[in-house]
Amino acid sequence: MMRKAAILAAMLVTALAVPALAGEIAPQDRKSGYTGMSAENRAMQDDDTINPATLWVLDGEALWSAKAGAANQSCAGCHGDAAVSMKGVSARYPAFDDASRAPVDIEQRINLCRTRHQNATPLPPESRDLVALSAFIGRQSRGLPIATPDDPRLKPFLARGKALYTQRQGQINLSCAQCHDDNWGRNLAGNIVPQGHPNGYPLYRLEWQSVGTLQRRLRNCLTGIRAEPYAYNAPDYVALELYLRQRAAGMLVETPAVRP
Amino acid sequence: MPTACSTRSPARRSAEPIAAAALAVLTAAAAMPARADGLVAYRIVDAAIPASLTGQPGDATRGRAIVANRQIGLCVLCHSGPFPELRFHSDLAPDLTGIGNRMSEGELRLRVVDASHANPQTIMPSYYRVDGLTRVTPALRGKPLLDAGQIEDVVAYLKTLKE
Ligand code: HEC
Ligand code: HEC
Ligand code: HEC
Repeated sequence: MMRKAAILAAMLVTALAVPALAGEIAPQDRKSGYTGMSAENRAMQDDDTINPATLWVLDGEALWSAKAGAANQSCAGCHGDAAVSMKGVSARYPAFDDASRAPVDIEQRINLCRTRHQNATPLPPESRDLVALSAFIGRQSRGLPIATPDDPRLKPFLARGKALYTQRQGQINLSCAQCHDDNWGRNLAGNIVPQGHPNGYPLYRLEWQSVGTLQRRLRNCLTGIRAEPYAYNAPDYVALELYLRQRAAGMLVETPAVRP
Repeated sequence: MPTACSTRSPARRSAEPIAAAALAVLTAAAAMPARADGLVAYRIVDAAIPASLTGQPGDATRGRAIVANRQIGLCVLCHSGPFPELRFHSDLAPDLTGIGNRMSEGELRLRVVDASHANPQTIMPSYYRVDGLTRVTPALRGKPLLDAGQIEDVVAYLKTLKE
């Protein structure tokens, strides 16, 4: 009896302690970064004719049909009409790649087709062509819910991503969660802290004057807390992307979004 | 998550007698001998650091410039305060207006040196600490956010924030 009571008391204490440490955002409280933007920026995202990212999408469309590599094959040659074959695809990335025995994000998946199927060199991280192809493929999922695959092989990578997300780091010693779970909606030097969702990427960032991938955004947050950013394509970036995707499951894809 | 603050309290790690520290003030600029990590040792008494880290009072004008600078002090990323020249507002932390009434000099010094002493979960960085950190940008490793002189300038400024 005594032990039971002690366990119960302990449980009560933990239950009470949890809200104080804040924590994960309940599904009904999830908000896209879009909601915290000015009306001007929202209008820019909503109208393809003024969204600067449209230029990248059009470039991506042209690249989709261009033959490349020693195989002299275009993406379209194998995949046909992207509006059909790529619909909903980037909404479920990162996904497990058998040969890599690890999850790959959508940009890495594009490069796998370059090396495996086109006999071409991989496109450099954040290069115009890679970002354009990714924005074009992402555009085919716009309005669809993020759906990270329910693949048991992803479990250890998700756990790694979550550990990275909740770990304090950098000279400023903050975790992603301390800003994006515990302090979203507050003002940080005039910027509203967003919940940190990945649903708009690749997107046009006004500060970049360019379209960039989710890894580029994560790099910005890491340097912001004076932490050493990972090298592009490092497994830890993909683990973080995977966790962010699962955390945003069900949110609608906005690619290519606009952010300040 | 950081370790419990008691395990890294510099007061526990270095037990230099106060007399030696006093002597150091007389003979050198530093109030206390340097610790292994190169930082000046300090003593926590009743949730405060009563003695200046440099043995000298800080300069409030320089302190204001540090506090109001979002790249150097970073304070205004989280706090608001009497900074009419800043065109943005932050509300991750309490407004600093009147903090000189609410906290003693020693309490202010401990708050800035190691905010985690009062609250291990705090989002406020410990400005004078280099241990227990992860993946710090290589060029900044082993360097505290503010040096001892800057800490004293900030404390001198916070003391003037009276209503
Ligand atoms: C020679 C045929 C071929 C070419 C050319 C090709 N792919 Fe693929 N692609 C495939 C095959 C086959 C798969 C299935 C996975 C695998 O076997 O690698 C695939 C998978 C994909 C996927 C993942 C689809 C999913 O449902 O998960 C994407 C995205 C993709 N390709 C994009 C591209 C892009 C972009 C290009 C052009 C740069 C391209 N592919 C060129 C054959 C090709
Ligand atoms: C100090 C607080 C802080 C920390 C810590 C932080 N971020 Fe951010 N993050 C921000 C702010 C502020 C923005 C929005 C910047 C802007 O719009 O100018 C942002 C934006 C983002 C976005 C883009 C959201 C969107 O709507 O496009 C993602 C994703 C993100 N952060 C993920 C992370 C991850 C992952 C980490 C940990 C590695 C992290 N952040 C750490 C403050 C933080
Ligand atoms: C990343 C956010 C952040 C930064 C940067 C920051 N603080 Fe804080 N500070 C806080 C929070 C949050 C509190 C509230 C108590 C707590 O949670 O620890 C606080 C509390 C305080 C307090 C006690 C306030 C009170 O009313 O009890 C003082 C004084 C203070 N900070 C001064 C500073 C100074 C000076 C700087 C810059 C050198 C600074 N802070 C930088 C977040 C921050």
